[in-house]
Amino acid sequence: MSFKAITPMPTAEREVIIANSLGLHARPAMQFVDLASTFSSRVIVQKQCGECYEVDGKSVMQMITLEAGVGTKLKIRADGEDADAAVRQLAELVENKFGEE
Amino acid sequence: MGSSKDVKFCDFVVKEAIIPELEARDRAGVIREMIDSLAKAGAIEADLVEDLCSEVTKREMKGTTGFGKGVAVPHGKHPRLQKMVAVVGRSSSGVDFAALDKQPVYSFFLLLSPVSDPERHLAAMNVIFSNLQVDMFRKFLRQSDTKQKIWELLEEVDQSSRV
Repeated sequence: MSFKAITPMPTAEREVIIANSLGLHARPAMQFVDLASTFSSRVIVQKQCGECYEVDGKSVMQMITLEAGVGTKLKIRADGEDADAAVRQLAELVENKFGEE
Repeated sequence: MGSSKDVKFCDFVVKEAIIPELEARDRAGVIREMIDSLAKAGAIEADLVEDLCSEVTKREMKGTTGFGKGVAVPHGKHPRLQKMVAVVGRSSSGVDFAALDKQPVYSFFLLLSPVSDPERHLAAMNVIFSNLQVDMFRKFLRQSDTKQKIWELLEEVDQSSRV
């Protein structure tokens, strides 16, 4: 029997603001989930509105319930080996307005 | 849940248009049948039907709104729509809607929104998806075989979410 040092799971987070005028409607939500699903990390998206509300960033149905219109502040968090890359790329997708206006 | 306290099913679902048993057996057919039903109920103008069918179908082809669990939410926007309207459709045998999980779809919410109010569209989508994620809601919706039963289910949800 040997004792292995437990290394903490990498975690990363970043705040973003929804910038496209239509907000996080179905198509952007799908884009987000498609990208999030390419990472092994768990992806959580939080919305601050009175009480904190968070959803699974890999579920389209849950992402839509964020009801995130333009100007909404969201926090993207990832836990896992590729957490840094996940958060960076997902934040860029939001900041680039999902290719919309 | 998000923050859509101010939007309820009864604010946008057109009771008279509800279809307890869809006749259509394919994706384009379901969309047409549901939009036709909204026109027959007087919720949208008849001369918008063609435009809306092609708009919603086009949207659907870009990426299915059948996100799994036997439900789909085809939707679209049109500058001539005055207000947001939706219709519920049910298929007891299920329809191949190219769903993400490749399973048949039994319950549909078709949502039509004016282009001018994206926030209200997001609020309605929130109400729809918050409920569609609830196992009991999906189960009851699938079992509701009359217009009245479907409407009562929506009313019950509206009342229970009232704070």
